[in-house]
Amino acid sequence: MKFGVIVFPGSNCDQDCFHVVKNVMKQPVKYIWHAEKKLDNFDCLILPGGFSYGDYLRSGAIARFAPIMEAVKKFAGRGGRVIGICNGFQILCEAGLLPGALHRNKNLNFICKNVRLKVENNHTIFTKLYSKNQIVTIPIAHADGNYIIDPKSKGKFKVVFTYHGENPNGSEENIAGIINKAGNILGMMPHPERVAEGILGGTDGRLLFESLLQNA
Amino acid sequence: MADRKVKVYIKNKKGVLNPQGKTVESALHSLGYKNVSEMRVGKYIEFRIPDKNDAKKQVDEMCRKLLANPVIEEYRFEIE
Repeated sequence: MKFGVIVFPGSNCDQDCFHVVKNVMKQPVKYIWHAEKKLDNFDCLILPGGFSYGDYLRSGAIARFAPIMEAVKKFAGRGGRVIGICNGFQILCEAGLLPGALHRNKNLNFICKNVRLKVENNHTIFTKLYSKNQIVTIPIAHADGNYIIDPKSKGKFKVVFTYHGENPNGSEENIAGIINKAGNILGMMPHPERVAEGILGGTDGRLLFESLLQNA
Repeated sequence: MADRKVKVYIKNKKGVLNPQGKTVESALHSLGYKNVSEMRVGKYIEFRIPDKNDAKKQVDEMCRKLLANPVIEEYRFEIE
């Protein structure tokens, strides 16, 4: 399965994603610079975490206008698989590929720590290897993870992950990750690529990548 | 043609929490200004554009497309 990791100026989890796909999952993967306008024949695109364009104005607000985003929209529109992690999730929301918005954490802090998540939905191509209601530990690292549901988006998305126990950022309905109605675009604040190898403290994120490959 | 100055004011929609406002408000309370309430912190943006008839329409478009996120924010602007 061929992966592409999109690199914006200010992305800083691109190498982690690249490493997991290439060295842990043993899949072909390429970086895609934000200024490019065309995509090769990828099966899955990852919009990684970081601070694209310095998070100026709002997180993800400028990245949404990057030249590559038109191609990403077309790819997603054709049913291509897209994962937005952290800043990638913020970009997908700003671009309108996922509904809602992510704004400042309730306590205003940048929070970087492991959190417990509940798998609300395992009927997705990204989570089929998890069991329903499974509790997993995946780290978060963000200042703007407070998910706000757009009242107009009812029925246009499904909740995939919620924060279990403590809600770190005040997000509505404890939402940590959502998927679009068609089921090909996933956005999540926690970082599954950071827990894909035991030596790095956990493997709960690895199942997400393995789920994807099950469909390949 | 003269340029005109545009001032855009953006704040969180009613009902969307404004943690910055809440935090600054409580800081004022601890300074002794206990009478302060309902503080909201927003954004102020200014720029210049050429003086044309459709300036108002253009600025409104800019606000909707980029400067504000209509899911969580509301905006107003003045053209001087």
